[in-house]
Amino acid sequence: MEEVLLARIQFASTTLFHFIFVPLSIGLALIIAIMQTMYLVKKDDIYLKMTKFWSVFFLINFAIGVVTGIIQEFQFGMNWSAYSRFVGDIFGAPLAVEALLAFFLESTFIGIWIFGWGKIPKWLHLASIWLVSFGTIMSAFWILAANSFMQNPEGYVLQNGRAEMNDIMAVLMNEKLWVAFPHTIFGSFATGAFFVIGVSAWYLIKKRKVEFFKKSLAISLVIGMLSGLGIAFTGHSQAQYLMHAQPMKMAAAEGLWEDSGDPAAWTLIANIDVENRDTTGRIDIPFMLSYLTYSEFKGKVEGMNVLEKKMIDKYGEGDYLPPVKTTFWSFRIMVVTGGTLLGLGALGLFLMWRKKIMQSVWFLRLLIVGIFLPFIGNSFGWIMSEMGRQPWVVNGLMKTADGISPNVSAGQILFSLISFSTIYTILGIIMVVLFVKYIQRGPEEQRPAEVSITDPFETGGGEHAVK
Amino acid sequence: MPLSDFWFILIAVLFIGFIFLEGFDFGVGMSTKFLARNDLEKRVVINTIGPVWDANEVWLITAGGAMFAAFPHWYATVFSGYYLPFVVLLLAFIIRGVAFEFRNKVDSVAWVKTWDWAIFFGSLLPPFIFGVFFTSLIQGLPIDADMNMYAGFTDFVNIYTLIGGITFVLLSYLHGLLFIGLKTVGSLRERANRAARKVYGLTGVFIVLFIGLTYLDTDAFVDKSALLIPMYGVAILLYVLLFFFLRNKREGLSFTMTGLIFMIITASFFITLFPNVMISTMDPAFNMSIAEAASGDYSLKIMTIVACTMVPIVLAYTIWSYYVFRKRLTGDKEHLEY
Repeated sequence: MEEVLLARIQFASTTLFHFIFVPLSIGLALIIAIMQTMYLVKKDDIYLKMTKFWSVFFLINFAIGVVTGIIQEFQFGMNWSAYSRFVGDIFGAPLAVEALLAFFLESTFIGIWIFGWGKIPKWLHLASIWLVSFGTIMSAFWILAANSFMQNPEGYVLQNGRAEMNDIMAVLMNEKLWVAFPHTIFGSFATGAFFVIGVSAWYLIKKRKVEFFKKSLAISLVIGMLSGLGIAFTGHSQAQYLMHAQPMKMAAAEGLWEDSGDPAAWTLIANIDVENRDTTGRIDIPFMLSYLTYSEFKGKVEGMNVLEKKMIDKYGEGDYLPPVKTTFWSFRIMVVTGGTLLGLGALGLFLMWRKKIMQSVWFLRLLIVGIFLPFIGNSFGWIMSEMGRQPWVVNGLMKTADGISPNVSAGQILFSLISFSTIYTILGIIMVVLFVKYIQRGPEEQRPAEVSITDPFETGGGEHAVK
Repeated sequence: MPLSDFWFILIAVLFIGFIFLEGFDFGVGMSTKFLARNDLEKRVVINTIGPVWDANEVWLITAGGAMFAAFPHWYATVFSGYYLPFVVLLLAFIIRGVAFEFRNKVDSVAWVKTWDWAIFFGSLLPPFIFGVFFTSLIQGLPIDADMNMYAGFTDFVNIYTLIGGITFVLLSYLHGLLFIGLKTVGSLRERANRAARKVYGLTGVFIVLFIGLTYLDTDAFVDKSALLIPMYGVAILLYVLLFFFLRNKREGLSFTMTGLIFMIITASFFITLFPNVMISTMDPAFNMSIAEAASGDYSLKIMTIVACTMVPIVLAYTIWSYYVFRKRLTGDKEHLEY
């Protein structure tokens, strides 16, 4: 069915694109809130300048995040109406709550924050950005509550031909939610932090505005390093969760056709042959998979062949294998980027502590490359999570192919897919161009004499405003 | 009252709030092309809605989320059924939203012009599509026994829906002009009020056409006339009052009038639908009732608790945000963030 394929491509591409902006917004909101807090506490203007400089990127990014987010809410119903009918009762509820609890909060207080400089008391203005930050995090919580139902359905009863909620606490205490939420949030903090880290490193290499960017670097390195640790720990809990709740995803992520040995080794790279159901040329790290899944150096992991048989017994004939290669490689890319971030953060803090960061130009260069790592890690993390769930849209309850809108034709989906891709490509290019422009311009261009009363966005078009 | 009825009303309230609030945002967006004479004026016009447009849009997002949660079948039928109009709607929302942020980020005339057009079309298309959406909804749509809607071009686009779309565009434009009149000073303020007086007559023609065709083209008056006749009567009365308020330069009252008319018209769609959420043209038996479309009681109960707790809080800080930005914009560049 080409409708299913097209709808999946559209959902995947629009969601991945949206998730470029979401984590950066979550991370930058926190960092900006911290910087503005330091300004109020230390009463040093440099923190005000930092708040304003970094907020330029935050706001451009936030705007694209908002508009690409609207599509997300619409396209469940547009492309996946059968799915929406089946799960609306339990899956729609967190989305509605997300809007009430998070979207109103974010959008109202970001308006107050952008336009409220000098109009409201300073502490209230500071509170606004903290509320924005809180809103972005709440938003992640509720959307992940919805996603967790797809991965690990809990708190429902099957009646009236659909999954109806019968236990809100089970929905909110879903184990998947409590491993995915912190993992996503730490990943988001790291995304914001490594953006600030990378841009600061670029300035430090050029020896421009050293004090400004050293301070920015220090703040963001601490956040980056802590987030890196958080990502690692919560990643570990994700693996433990997967082992008992979605073993097929875990087996696919390891390319394990037969059960693993005991203790199980973690495969660094391997050659996966899906047709012959064979994985060759493994380079293994002994004990590590056992540790990852059970927190001890023993225990085996079931392979896909066994799991598939179990699923056929349970659900009847069918293809229950997720795309193995994609799941396998996404997992590796995610783990490697996460580990690298942690290393960069730790080494960066060490060099700062030893006051050697300015001389370590090679390392600062690495930090610039580090800007891209969280984005790669975030994307492949989601690819692993959602591709590894296939062929199910709701694990064990509904298959992806059955969730499609029966009344939307392939031609219509193609039209929307092309439209969205085109406009997203343009937005992506604009974002990069604007980011580069504002990075190059730097904080010094903000007319320092006026900086306490004006806003950085002024510089864009203000000068030629009156002709 | 069953909880499903309560949620139907709540969703209606969210849509009515959305139309009232985004209505003036759309009008303001359209005005950047017609009303503002230079770049500074354009920026002042855009900045009148700067702090609030994003939160105003959330009323729609919340309405959509509430439909998904409280009426999964309604959400699924509407959003898949209106596939192409909604694609256009989403594109309009996207270009308008980023345009506000991007517009003054690059020092180039071509750049600024591009985003001005984005703001214009991004503000023109949504009220038109919502007008078409609501009118076609009460006109009825080809919905089959499985609740799937297979609408053709003429189900969306016919005389009645076009009138509905144009009425929404004109009301938004008028509402937006009056908002600018409230939020600016000097010649811009005067021109906004003058433009409002100019578009007043045409808007009235379309409101009357809309009410007339609602009578002829839909079943609205068959069993709802007891409610609709007084409502439309009040709308027309407010429209007449608006004439005097406009002439006497009572800006606040004028703005209130367009807002109320807009809200009454939007409310009339939901009243017409009740107790259904969708009307099928294939067979009245395929009409989708509130009860059929609704989620289970447990889910509705949980959401009712959340809504009753959160809505007052949301309303409180929304009102506070309008209070913070209550002052008129003077065109002093220091305060123009967009």
